[in-house]
Amino acid sequence: MDFNLTEDRQMLADTLTRFLGEKYPVEHRIKVAYEAPYHDPALWDQLVELGVLYALAPEEAGGMGGSGFDISVVFEALGKALCPEPVLGALMSSRILAAAGADQEALLTGATKYAVGITEIDAPYELDQIATVATAKGDGFTLSGRKSTVYGGQVADVVLVAAKHGDGLAVFAVNVNDVNVTGYGMMDGGGAAEVLLDDTLATLVLADAAAALKDAVNAGIVALCAEAVGAMDVTHATTVDYLKQRKQFGIPIGKFQVLQHRAVDMLTEIEQARSITIKAAAELGGVDASRYASMAKNMIGRAARLVAEESIQMHGGIAMTWEYAVSHYAKRLIMLDAQLGDTDYHLSQVMKGYAA
Amino acid sequence: MDLRYSKEDLAFRDEVRAFLAEHLPEEISSAVRSGGELTKATMEDWHAILNTRGWLATIWPKEFGGPGWSPVQKHIFEEECCRAYAPRIVPFGLNMLGPVLIKFGSKEQQDHYLPRILDGTDWWCQGYSEPGAGSDLASLKTRAERDGDEWVINGQKTWTTLGQHADWIFCLCRTDPDVKQQAGISFILVDMATPGIEVRPIKLIEGGHEVNEVFFTDVRVPIGNLVGEENKGWTIAKFLLTHERTGIAGVGFSMQALEEVKAIARKTMRGGKPLIEDPLFAARIAQAEIDLEAMKITNLRMLFKAQEQGAPGPETSLLKIKGTVINQELKDLARRALGPAAAPFPGHVSEGNLMFGPADTEHNAGRYFNNRKTSIFGGSNEIQRNIVTKTMLEL
Ligand SMILES: Cc1cc2nc3c(=O)[nH]c(=O)nc-3n(C[C@H](O)[C@H](O)[C@H](O)COP(=O)(O)OP(=O)(O)OC[C@H]3O[C@@H](n4cnc5c(N)ncnc54)[C@H](O)[C@@H]3O)c2cc1C
Ligand SMILES: Cc1cc2nc3c(=O)[nH]c(=O)nc-3n(C[C@H](O)[C@H](O)[C@H](O)COP(=O)(O)OP(=O)(O)OC[C@H]3O[C@@H](n4cnc5c(N)ncnc54)[C@H](O)[C@@H]3O)c2cc1C
Repeated sequence: MDFNLTEDRQMLADTLTRFLGEKYPVEHRIKVAYEAPYHDPALWDQLVELGVLYALAPEEAGGMGGSGFDISVVFEALGKALCPEPVLGALMSSRILAAAGADQEALLTGATKYAVGITEIDAPYELDQIATVATAKGDGFTLSGRKSTVYGGQVADVVLVAAKHGDGLAVFAVNVNDVNVTGYGMMDGGGAAEVLLDDTLATLVLADAAAALKDAVNAGIVALCAEAVGAMDVTHATTVDYLKQRKQFGIPIGKFQVLQHRAVDMLTEIEQARSITIKAAAELGGVDASRYASMAKNMIGRAARLVAEESIQMHGGIAMTWEYAVSHYAKRLIMLDAQLGDTDYHLSQVMKGYAA
Repeated sequence: MDLRYSKEDLAFRDEVRAFLAEHLPEEISSAVRSGGELTKATMEDWHAILNTRGWLATIWPKEFGGPGWSPVQKHIFEEECCRAYAPRIVPFGLNMLGPVLIKFGSKEQQDHYLPRILDGTDWWCQGYSEPGAGSDLASLKTRAERDGDEWVINGQKTWTTLGQHADWIFCLCRTDPDVKQQAGISFILVDMATPGIEVRPIKLIEGGHEVNEVFFTDVRVPIGNLVGEENKGWTIAKFLLTHERTGIAGVGFSMQALEEVKAIARKTMRGGKPLIEDPLFAARIAQAEIDLEAMKITNLRMLFKAQEQGAPGPETSLLKIKGTVINQELKDLARRALGPAAAPFPGHVSEGNLMFGPADTEHNAGRYFNNRKTSIFGGSNEIQRNIVTKTMLEL
């Protein structure tokens, strides 16, 4: 057993953290995350140049990584910087394209931005409830339905859409020029889009895509969990620092035991969250990947809420302000619960295993 | 013991209900329902409607223009207003300064300011907190020095809620720096139009503008703007903090929030069924409802006790702690129930273009974040626990 990162991954983590620390100070993040296009295109290009996307794809697919730990290293660094760049869509698309054996050079070089359209408003978390439907038309297909909160959809060139096809699910590529895409900013910064498909021309990427979609979701969950761990680390550190700095009643508020103990409880939950994320990353791609992804997302949902709410509370009024970074970390930590299955959804997935 | 409303209470409830049905304008209740920020005009219009009926200053004694209600009647009124989505009363003039002037103000001050609070001439804000004086309010530094028949005020207040609309601010100022902190504070009324005052907005977590910083540079106000005795402001400050406790449990607002959660959970689909049929989520709602049902009774018990004793006791701290936690939990459930539909920034995806999710939910995530304030302001929940520790447990 070895809990150390490989040298390559450690280097990637360090490089990325340093890069984001320099190029992406939180004031800049707060600005770009809330103004169209809800990310920083120049920074995205530099992230691509740094090889972030290559780290997310396996060698067979033309990348240089693609394992659970490659993903978690990248997203933990992104989470620390609260980075709203549309990397998640690229990761999940890359998994699907790899499963399809499709060429993904355009994705990895950043030439084409990909987003995934899985979520529907009446099927926010469950693949088996997807209602968007594909119809064969001539040599190709058309799609009808609506995809909601397509993360990164506001700047995507191509959306990979999950749709019913015969008895199963298939994935189709839709060029954004062929479809009604409405982009918008999010409560926690960054952007997404509503994608309205109405007999929209689409190219089949992968038939019988249920397994590949599940894998993409599991990879996405590892990414979100790692992002949350990074964001929680920063939030906790900022809070502890504030407890040392802020004085009331003539002493640092960190001297009040009630706050000390709660800071310890937060730390305990963050360490637990880190561990379950490591476990989910280790299992990614294996037979039990979904089970551990669900465990991780459930625990992250609980830990992230605790850290977000307690950090605000223990700061007092200051963390209620837009100007203070903790408010933005808290928003991200809370809102990522609704991405790729929330706390209760994943709890029910873990429970499902018990009956058998 | 008898938990039923008396015949008179029921008649009163019907009267309130009928009044609200007739006089609460649809555009006002729908603005409240949408959860966004209310305009100054909306709040003022509602105050005026209540004032016409004599129901605005619900906690003032009758001789000063209050309705003379019992605790149960106040409770019924609050509950009915919430049910009907009436705006919250802006508390600073009506529930804070009013009682202070009634107890500590001179006859002149009462005659001048109280009618102006009622008819909306003056919008008040609360100048207590400072950057360095939050929980430790008594450490405040804003200085008021006598110069002839004027006070000269220098310093800074912060977190001033709705100060951007205010005509007047009531301030705690240090008038004697050489004595024990609590013994050198005075309660002074300041016209916001006085030269030397600058108001700067603070943007909150969800993007709204409801609080401000207020800077004072050589601000001169008449000596007569002192309320009560010089250097006795701390007594007033504490009176205000404990007295403004009617409705502190926010029961009516939590009942409203509970109904909203259920409505959302009925409309939201999960796994091919309405979310309300999901046992995990239904259990969350049920737990919150049980807490709230108990809180309704706890609240009434304590209201009665306060009435018997003539003043609220330290138990109101328990109301604040549990009341805010229940309300925050319900806001969390609403956001949770909406799932991805709570994600767009308010105003970005609207009915006009592509609003999705049930109606009136655009601000739900924003409300969840904004409501974190309730366990911080008015004495944080930690400070409330300290109060109970000292006064009830004697630790
Ligand atoms: C089943 C059992 C087996 C044990 N076995 C052993 C053994 O094999 N060998 C051995 O040496 N001892 C043993 N102990 C003793 C054990 O270590 C003590 O009970 C323990 O250290 C607590 O001390 P106390 O019981 O005197 O409680 P106290 O120290 O009086 O504590 C009472 C309460 O006050 C809290 N408290 C105390 N100080 C603080 C503080 N500074 N801040 C906040 N809270 C505080 C405690 O957490 C506790 O809740 C055993 C105890 C039990 C119950
Ligand atoms: C939205 C909003 C509106 C407000 N409106 C107004 C207004 O209109 N007028 C006004 O005057 N003020 C207003 N306030 C200010 C509010 O009363 C203060 O924020 C509050 O008193 C806490 O002070 P602080 O923010 O400085 O936090 P701090 O006092 O610095 O507290 C930081 C943390 O330390 C904890 N803490 C402090 N002391 C202790 C202790 N002894 N033991 C244990 N824990 C402790 C606190 O509970 C908190 O968790 C508002 C605040 C907010 C957020």
